[in-house]
Amino acid sequence: MLSFVAQRIVKGVVVLLAIVVMNFFLIRLAPGDPAVVMAGEAGASDPQFVQQLREKFSLDKPLPEQLASYVKGIVTLDLGFSFRQQMPVSKLISERIGATLLLTLSAFGISLALGIFFGTLAARFAGSWGDSAITAAALIFYATPIFWLALMAILLFSVYLGWLPSFGYDTVGANYTGLAYVGDVALHLIMPAMTIGLFFMATYTRMTRASMLEVKRLDFVKTARAKGLRDNVIQRRHVLRNALLPVVTLAGVHSGTLIGGAVITETVYAWPGIGRLMYEALLQRDYNLLLGVFVVCSAMVLIFNLITDLVYRLVDPRIEFAS
Amino acid sequence: MLRHPGGVIGMVILFIAIFIAILGPTLFPNSPWRMVQRPFLPPFTNPAVWLGTDALGRDVFAGIIYGARVSLLVGLVSTLVALTVGVPLGALAGYFGGRVDDALMRFTEFFQTIPSFALAIVLVAILQPSIYSIVASIGIVSWPPVARLVRAEVLSLRTREYVQAAIVTGQSNSWIIWREILPNALSPVIVLASLMVATAILLESSLSFLGLGDPNMISWGYMVGAGRTVIRQAWWITVFPGVAILLAVLAMNLVGEGLNDALNPRLAKDGR
Repeated sequence: MLSFVAQRIVKGVVVLLAIVVMNFFLIRLAPGDPAVVMAGEAGASDPQFVQQLREKFSLDKPLPEQLASYVKGIVTLDLGFSFRQQMPVSKLISERIGATLLLTLSAFGISLALGIFFGTLAARFAGSWGDSAITAAALIFYATPIFWLALMAILLFSVYLGWLPSFGYDTVGANYTGLAYVGDVALHLIMPAMTIGLFFMATYTRMTRASMLEVKRLDFVKTARAKGLRDNVIQRRHVLRNALLPVVTLAGVHSGTLIGGAVITETVYAWPGIGRLMYEALLQRDYNLLLGVFVVCSAMVLIFNLITDLVYRLVDPRIEFAS
Repeated sequence: MLRHPGGVIGMVILFIAIFIAILGPTLFPNSPWRMVQRPFLPPFTNPAVWLGTDALGRDVFAGIIYGARVSLLVGLVSTLVALTVGVPLGALAGYFGGRVDDALMRFTEFFQTIPSFALAIVLVAILQPSIYSIVASIGIVSWPPVARLVRAEVLSLRTREYVQAAIVTGQSNSWIIWREILPNALSPVIVLASLMVATAILLESSLSFLGLGDPNMISWGYMVGAGRTVIRQAWWITVFPGVAILLAVLAMNLVGEGLNDALNPRLAKDGR
């Protein structure tokens, strides 16, 4: 178990380093001389200042040396400086990352719970009208652009019904404390989390349904039935448990898409996370910040992948950790 | 294919969309950029602009007609780009195995780990938004599944007798890959490609929504993004283009599933 985890961590670090190197070259692809761009972002352009920037960020050194200092910076969690926001990139990100984690993890939980629930239901009553309804709904949510779903939710639940707040993390100026504050944030969280959640719910529903129907046909299910086990027990202990394996794999694969969903959703709902930060960086063409957020997103995906891998191994008794 | 009702519905919607994309601009010559009526004209009030106008008095219906071009074109071409990268890589990895396979698959995994939408945003932002950078970025983030699928197919096909026979008769590697193996791996690739077009349409619309669309071409995602700030006054500016995206993506997914059932009953469950 330990050696497996260690192996995966090493692999993850290698991938992350590769992403950092790619990032370094991407920055150089950005239009214009980086020093001039940075000077422009800072609102000054006299040659002396540009020269200073060039020295500060070792842009006057040969490329390999620049790369080395860039990688060294990232390893020490220095993601560069955002001249637009006049703050270190790492500080901007660390202020916002909590909100993104709250949003993506809630969305992930919602989608997994609802997806498995509806998928199981559809598989149980395969061929019935209920199954058709669930399958059709899943198909539609799977094809709905997240940003549009977000806007439609605002239109319905905020503008027409007035049930939910349409933007932000908490009510500005309300100064709630304790439980009232938690409730306030939860109220703001419902729509963004559901928006991302419904899209992924659709995939998990489809996956759970398909894989339950497949497992149902296998021999050990017949054996369980021949043993005289009750249908409920067979469904839960034998079918569902095995059918969940591909769903867990899918969840790992999806972590990257989850982040993409967060960028869109946070933008629409003005949720103060790193997705929204990425959008702000985009609007202002703040490349340092943009690429900093990108590196952090990649790291989050790697960690999430590692976790799903571990979960997979815990759920599936056939896999040994030694391999 | 025809026995799959979803597939038929998908085909019908898709044909309508293609028809609109090709002939629409000749049939509805209203430029989507031109002011034709007063701003915020509600839909179904004036038959000349029956879906209403946006904040600048532009015809929403014309935008949807012209936007079909961008969505379908980007969906199709970026999928082709992904195939041009993914098919050869997967074929080489599966055919040669060993170190080549190892190296190519690590490379593929690397690209698969990177959050794709975030990478697409970064690429388009850095290369500057244009139809070319959008197509290239979507292609770059979506080839890994192709490579993996082709590799798996090639791995299983290369042990077949007719491939072994071709090796024995001294055919060149490239001849064997292109003439003997890949044609037989075609049907799962077609299915995957049709589903990828759907994903590409979604990606393009999301990029345009964030303001990363080609500034010279109107697209559905751009329209939703532009209508976003005035959604309280004018719901129709965001609702209709969104429905268009939904229908186009749904149609592609249905066609993909129909093709999947028709072409490989064996793979009916694991197309993705």
